Formats: sequence, C-alpha cells, structure tokens
Amino acid sequence: MTPAEILDSLFPAGHDVTAEGDLLFGRGTSPGGRVVHVIGATARAPIGIDQAIRLSGAVLAIACSDDDAPILFLVDSASQRMSRRDELLGLSEYLAHLAKSLLLAEARGHRTIGLLYGGSAAGAFISTALACDTLVALPGAHPEVMDLASMARVTKLSIDLLEDKAKTTPVFAPGLDNLVSVGGVAEVWDPQRSLADQLATLLAAPRDHDARATLGAERQGRPKAAAIAGEVAAAARR
Amino acid sequence: MSSLHQSWYEAGARERIAALVDAGSFTEYVGPERRETSPHLGIFDLPAQFDDGIVVGAATVDGTPILIAAQEGRFMGGAFGEVHGAKLTGLLRAAKALNRDVVIAFDTGGVRLQEANAGEIAIAEIMRAVTEARIAGVRVVGLIGGRAGCYGGGGLIAGCCSTLIISEQGRISVTGPEVIETNKGVEEFDSRDRALVWRTMGGKHRTLIGGADLFVDDDAAAFRAAMLAALVRPAKAGSVRNASSVPFGRGERPGLDLATLDAEQDRLERRIARFGDAADATDIWRTLGIDDARAIPDMPSAAFATLAAQYRESADDAR
Amino acid sequence: MEILHFDIAAPVPAGGTRAMALVGVVASGNLEVLVERGAAADRCAIEISTAAHGFRDLWDAVVADFVGRRAAGGLRIAINDGGARPDTVSLRLAQAVRMIEEPEA
Repeated sequence: MTPAEILDSLFPAGHDVTAEGDLLFGRGTSPGGRVVHVIGATARAPIGIDQAIRLSGAVLAIACSDDDAPILFLVDSASQRMSRRDELLGLSEYLAHLAKSLLLAEARGHRTIGLLYGGSAAGAFISTALACDTLVALPGAHPEVMDLASMARVTKLSIDLLEDKAKTTPVFAPGLDNLVSVGGVAEVWDPQRSLADQLATLLAAPRDHDARATLGAERQGRPKAAAIAGEVAAAARR
Repeated sequence: MSSLHQSWYEAGARERIAALVDAGSFTEYVGPERRETSPHLGIFDLPAQFDDGIVVGAATVDGTPILIAAQEGRFMGGAFGEVHGAKLTGLLRAAKALNRDVVIAFDTGGVRLQEANAGEIAIAEIMRAVTEARIAGVRVVGLIGGRAGCYGGGGLIAGCCSTLIISEQGRISVTGPEVIETNKGVEEFDSRDRALVWRTMGGKHRTLIGGADLFVDDDAAAFRAAMLAALVRPAKAGSVRNASSVPFGRGERPGLDLATLDAEQDRLERRIARFGDAADATDIWRTLGIDDARAIPDMPSAAFATLAAQYRESADDAR
Repeated sequence: MEILHFDIAAPVPAGGTRAMALVGVVASGNLEVLVERGAAADRCAIEISTAAHGFRDLWDAVVADFVGRRAAGGLRIAINDGGARPDTVSLRLAQAVRMIEEPEA
C-alpha cells in the first residue's frame, strides 16, 4: 500500500498529513472521532541527522501538548544514512534522541504505534519503528538488519552459506516473517480490512510493558531472551 | 587498588569491573558457570563463550551499591546477541525497580550478525530499559575506551545514557568505517585512514562536540575516578551547575523529562547549524575557537582536557 | 562444533577452596577455560568444544601433560576453543588451576 492509501484507510473522516521531503507530518481523525498524530519516514530514504532531528522535534512538540492522542509512525526507510558527515556530527546522538523522544512521549501518555509498510534497516529501524510501544506491519514490509551481501563481507561467511542458512533460520535473515518470529513485530495487519478498525482494536488493548521477548519465546524465534532477562532482574532484586 | 597503570583498552571485561568496584563487592548474575550460551552460534559452527561476552551484576563503589555491566570486546567483537542483550535488559529493568544507578562498560561492534534479528530487538529493548530507568531517576553511566569501540546499536544505547566517559581510544559511531566504505565507496570514507577514523569518531572529537562528557586517560583508575564523579551528579540533567556531592535519596531524584529532551533538541539543532557544513573534524575544532586544530590528535590527555574544558560544546544539561 | 571428552586419572588433588575459576576469552587463537570442582578426587574431567575439527590426538597429549604436571584431581574443566595453539592451551590451563587455588577475597 502507498502512504496515501494507508492514510485513507486509517482516516476515512479525513486527515491533514503532508509531506516534507520524504517525511510526513500531520493529524488524522479516526472513525470514532479520535485524533491521531501522524509522522512518517517514507520512500525507502535513509535517515540521517537532518531527518532524525526533524522527526524528534515533531515528537517532542506532541509530547509537550496536553492531549493524550496516539502517535502513528509510518515507516518505509532505508538504513541510517551512511556518510562521513552524519558520523562526524554524531548520528548516534540524533538517532538515540529520536528514540528517547518517542519513549518519553509514551511515558507522558501517548500511545506510540509504528506501522512498517515498506523497508527499514539497522539504526533507522531501531530509532523509529522499534522505539514505538507497539510495532505492526503490512504484508510486503521487508525489515532487515543488514542485507546478506554486506553481512557476508562483515562476517567473512560466504553468501552461499548465508543464503542457505537464511531458508531455515529466522534469527539472522532479513524479512518480515523473521522479525515477527523474534517478537520485534507484534502483528501483521490485513490490508483487505479497514486499517482504521485494526488500529482501533490495537488502541483498545492496554499496553503496559515491553512484551517483545515473551513474543519471541512464544514464536520460537528468540528462545532465551525473556527467561534470561527475567532471571537477571529477579536476581538483582533479591 | 594498584597504583600501577592499567590500560583500559587492553583490559578484559572482568578486569574492568574489578578495577571499577570495591574489592570483593561484585556479585555476578547468570555467570559463566550457568553456561547460558548463545543458542545460535552453533548454526554457523562458531564457538560460544560461557558468559556470551557480557558480565552483569551488583557491586559497591565507595560503599554505594550500583549495578554494573561490562562487554567483552574480544569475543565476537563485543557484539549484542540474544543472551548478551537480555542480560543487560534484565539488569536495567532491575535498576528501575530498585532505583539504583547503573554503570555500563561498552566494548562493542554493534549487533551480532549471526543472530542479527535477536540482537537488533535486544538493542531496542535495552534503549527502552535505559530510558525508562532514567525517567524514574536512575543514572546510567557509560564508559567507552575498549578495543571494539562503541559502534552500531552500542552507539545508540550510549546515546541514551545520562553521562558518557571516554578515552582517546574510545570511538562512538553508528556505521563503522568499513561499512561506510563498502556501501558508499572509498571516496566517502577511507577506512584504512586511521587518523581519519580517530578524528571523526574518536574520544577527543566526541568530547569537543558534546557527544561525551568526561575525557580520561587510557587508565582504569582514571575511568574509576570519572565514574565516581558521574555517580554524584544529579540524575536530572539541568541542575548540574548546582551539583551537590551528596547523593540524592530514593524517590527524591527527578529523572529524564521533557526539559531534558527539549534541551537536547536545541543542542543537536545548534550543532547542525554551527558545524553542518564542516568537511572535517579539524574544521569543527577551528570553529570552536581552537586555533591549532591540527595539534589535537597528538596532544597529551591532560593538555587536551584543559583545552576541551575551555572550548567544547557541553551536553551537561541536555542528554 | 566438535565436542571432546576426557576423564583421566589425576593423582594430585587440586588445592584451594574457590568454587570456580575462569580464564581467557573465545577469540581467534585463544580459548576460555572454566574450572569447577566436582569430579572424583583422583580424576580430572575435561570437556572441549572446538570449531577446529580433527585434533583429538593433539588435545589428548596436551591434557595428559597438564594433568601430569598440575594438581588437577577433583576438577571439572570446560573449554571453549577459538582455535588456540597447544602452547596457549597449556598456558590457560595452568592459569586456571592457579586461579582456583588462590585464597578467596
């Protein structure tokens, strides 16, 4: 689905979301009359310092407002921008600041829903979609940490070996199913149904803690994380 | 404590913890004897390590209880795998519940690619746990000066910490030099130009632009001294100018809030406005007012710290 | 991974009271050695996990030499090997036994 199709399905009563380069900003109104803030990183564009600071500014403006309206973050990005300038100026701080802004908005009463409808990778994925309280995806989304060719260069494992292992091992291979299996994506929405209804259902269910490791264990993509984190936390509190 | 110089860069994770905390005070959680190794490395016929490359536990520093974690940069480049990440997540969740400060000795290349999806989600879980602990008033102090640097998701976690302590050898970056060169070409970044790597990502540059707070020598005792200083800073950024050496009691410590992040937004916007057109770190250093910018890389630590204190962009009230 | 098990006679019991010791890291040319107590007092049990397949005879010689020279009776030793040379293995084993004998802090 395109961003326009997604927004029309989410907000049949209308929205004022506008594009600023590859970023989206605005608000929509749900069929129930509820206002939803919308931000977006679209067009498979990389996220560098200039994009991150614009997005965090918008999130903080929402966080300081008195409304408790949810934030919907539409994501179809590349990875973080890989450049000398971005690293020179401290890209890690900009991406971390964007993630912190989303987490603070959530702590101040805004649900933060990531909607992954295209690509996203590595640091861009972590600081946008994965910093939301709940991440949902549409079929055809293709998240990845790193493409297999780059992975082969970094790990010094052959591309043939990686492609072979990728068929049976969700834990490292790119793709939506694999991110679902490790618990990173909470649910995959049905594009044939009203997205507004699916968002309403999601917002109606309370969300009080980070359940991704539990989901990863249930789905068998991440068998140990929930138990290990739980055991360390319990040991420290004894 | 030994008065002999102990290189932080060369030390292992367990040696670093021993150098930081009160003698005999460290208790490890889910230690190597438990053999909670990576369930994924065997798929690639790679050997596991019994602690999965991270040591987490509780200790005291000058009698004050803290929680502490140290990554082992020599095992898989200190990278975040499923178990490695989960141990840090669990520690940070306990820190929030106990309102207890955390020290993290970073030494990491980022996500462990053999278990990339698990590592990626682990980074996100850790960033959330750091931020939630800080909102509750916990200090999270990061130490960076190991051989693997603090790359990828490690750099993002560092960006969520309340205070960062760094040595010249410490490097913070999202995309590593080799990956930039592989994807964008040698004309964008020549990863074999080590001087370029150090002045773009290294501890001196990060200190000068406000990407790290306390600059120290490559010396375990110096890291300990800086850690102690960081642990008596007010947990709530913004009141540092009136810093008291008396630790705040439980429940009296306001944490990361909107004012903190608004200040960080201003700080990072100002950085782009001031330095956004700079081609090289030396241009930024000159803009800061340092006349002989080319002398910075070879400058001894003490002289650099003095210079930095005068000219650097500070992030004290905005991280 | 190739897993090798050795359970060999170790006439001299290990000293000290520490429950465990850990030395080394799993890195290229290096290994970690985890030493615990619990084998019969005159035996030493060693389990090795290595990605370098086909070196059983070499490991056999190294651990036999180790048990012959050091007080290893009653120890259970677990090794994760990153492709270490025999002299490195001998060094780490000696360090680990020395560490488990150290007085407790």
